Amino acid sequence: MRRIISILMENQPGALSRVVGLFSQRNYNIHSLTVAPTDDETLSRLTLTTDGDDRKIEQIVKHLNKLVDVAKLVDLTEGSHIERELMLVKVKATGAQRAEVKRVADIFRGDVVDITPTMYTIQLTGTSEKLDGFLAALAGTPILEVVRSGVSGIARGEKVLSL
Amino acid sequence: MALLSGGEALIRALHDEGVELIFGYPGGAALHIYDAIFTQDKVDHILVRHEQAATHAADGYARATGKPGVVLVTSGPGATNAITGIATAFMDSIPMIVISGQVTRDAIGSDAFQETDMIGVSRPIVKHSFMVQNAQDIPEIVKKAFYIATTGRPGPVVIDIPKDVTDPNVKFEYSYPESVKIRSYSPPTKGHSGQIKKAVDILLSAKRPIIYSGGGVVIGGGSELLTALAHKLGCPVTNTLMGLGAFPGTDKQFVGMLGMHGTYEANMAMHESDVILAVGARFDDRVTNTDISKFCPDATILHIDIDPAAISKTVTAHVPIVGPVIPVLKEMLDLVEAGKNKIDREAQKVWWERIEQWRARKCLEVKPAEGEVIKPQQVIQALYEVTKGDAYVTSDVGQHQMFAAQHYLFDKPRRWINSGGLGTMGFGLPAAMGVQLAFPEATVACVTGEGSIQMNIQELATCTQCALPIKIVNLNNQSLGMVRQWQDMQYGGRHSHSTYADSLPDFVKLAEAYGHVGIRIEKLSELKSKMAEAFAIKDRLVFLDIAVDPTEHVYPMAVRGGAMSEMYLSKTERT
Repeated sequence: MRRIISILMENQPGALSRVVGLFSQRNYNIHSLTVAPTDDETLSRLTLTTDGDDRKIEQIVKHLNKLVDVAKLVDLTEGSHIERELMLVKVKATGAQRAEVKRVADIFRGDVVDITPTMYTIQLTGTSEKLDGFLAALAGTPILEVVRSGVSGIARGEKVLSL
Repeated sequence: MALLSGGEALIRALHDEGVELIFGYPGGAALHIYDAIFTQDKVDHILVRHEQAATHAADGYARATGKPGVVLVTSGPGATNAITGIATAFMDSIPMIVISGQVTRDAIGSDAFQETDMIGVSRPIVKHSFMVQNAQDIPEIVKKAFYIATTGRPGPVVIDIPKDVTDPNVKFEYSYPESVKIRSYSPPTKGHSGQIKKAVDILLSAKRPIIYSGGGVVIGGGSELLTALAHKLGCPVTNTLMGLGAFPGTDKQFVGMLGMHGTYEANMAMHESDVILAVGARFDDRVTNTDISKFCPDATILHIDIDPAAISKTVTAHVPIVGPVIPVLKEMLDLVEAGKNKIDREAQKVWWERIEQWRARKCLEVKPAEGEVIKPQQVIQALYEVTKGDAYVTSDVGQHQMFAAQHYLFDKPRRWINSGGLGTMGFGLPAAMGVQLAFPEATVACVTGEGSIQMNIQELATCTQCALPIKIVNLNNQSLGMVRQWQDMQYGGRHSHSTYADSLPDFVKLAEAYGHVGIRIEKLSELKSKMAEAFAIKDRLVFLDIAVDPTEHVYPMAVRGGAMSEMYLSKTERT
């Protein structure tokens, strides 16, 4: 099962490599990973997606917690949460396809953020599933480049991940 | 406040932390630090002959004393040579501080001479690591490093210091912090009372309980409490390889070590138990065997460990208790005392009768060889008698290690010092140096084999320099015994690269070349007298090179992929 783990950790050199290293060292998967400092610049927020059964996730969470640089973490998928991913897609857009691509982008509430006579760059945010859906909907349109930010997430309601 | 350079501050900080002894080897990037060592007399330095030995010596020192071991090496090869020893300490949760020199800050990343990314290379095998960026940070980093290494589940911490940070010409105002707080690190200080109560209730109503205790009890200082608890419960106790001595080896409730080369009675009792109290043990594959589904099918598992990640990692715990062994066992002991009338003594009697039946099989009994041929087990038995069971015994890795674990009955914790988790050949001699330096008057024996000892044989020179009267007990079977045993059992007796009889050194001459005493023993009738003779020499290192039966195997041995009840008991018997 896909999980989103959100980690609050020291904004220190080497902290990220310890988290990433743990995954390769213990043969866990990372599907996506995104990290940046928070409003408190001594702390970074790292969100990663992984998969595994409950047993494996329990081990991942425990081992992450053991890392000295990790202050707190939460498995967002345990409760109701909001997840967002940003995607930039460069697609070929010529002739009749030009209007079609724009129409599909509109349906997905995507923005065209750059154009040339032969292509569009479309920006899209949403769940990973929605971004996958958009790429599927572009079937037939030559996709030149895709950049995805990886998932960021936050719990719904009053739950807060902070020190 | 004193004005100190980075190098001086480092050594001063070690002293302020209570360090008396460090093990190391100098080199370019560490020279400022070595100069700072030269100009003071508070922290002693032991010069080893290879950095791996520095880590093992510090490790042995830590295991014997409970205090963290400290290592100092230079950058590049100095640092990478230390890696095996760091990994050894990491696997066995030994507190250790490894200080490595690094190239100057401006040279980092330039593939400079003797540059290695020590933080990166050591990352998977350390509890934590620090790269010092400013000399002023040294006191706080040292304080944090010791705090992390020694608290919670202990482990090695690396401090990597660029050479220019220790520059003797750049001074700063030194003060050592009294305490340190790390907001993202807070090891547990006590167990969950509800869980403890639940565990005790289950223990008290058990019909076939067993205590399975590991290295955590030794490290956590819980031996006395564990022994008291076991006596109160009246149940059998088995120790892991790492836990030997945590419960007295001569106690009648002790059923021996468990696992791959555990006793028949320990493994059978585990397999047939209805409640297992695991204390500071991690259900590793040398205990559980590879197929977890066959592990102790009837047992309710109560698992105490300071590391939550050790709980339900392989075997699911029914009652997990996260906490240090002392407060948890204390709480349990009180509850057991209060509820001891609930113990079903009748069921316990039946349980013990069953265990005695298993014991009667005498799985460790040694069948003497023909004539004067010495069985390796007889060497350990002689060692036990000659040292009256009261020596510090370090070991290397292989058959000799298992024979020592089976036949030397440790009554005290911190007496049995071996590389359990990583299984590092070459550990024994440098570890013995660490122990002997910590306890100069103690009898320290290094049980080894002619394979393992050659992995750090150069340390005989360190022993000469420091006048360490270690007794090396070399079980010389002219082959890599454990490898050979597996090849006998699983590879049709094809001894692929496990023998070297025609190229072994004359260990007696070798010992003498280093300035020690060498004694060769080839006859069973001379075993005990010559061993006694060796141990009577109090002020010299004695290398006992003992020819043992090369065909001997270690038994019992778990059947691969089997349940704990499935063992080979000899070359011809299987359960």
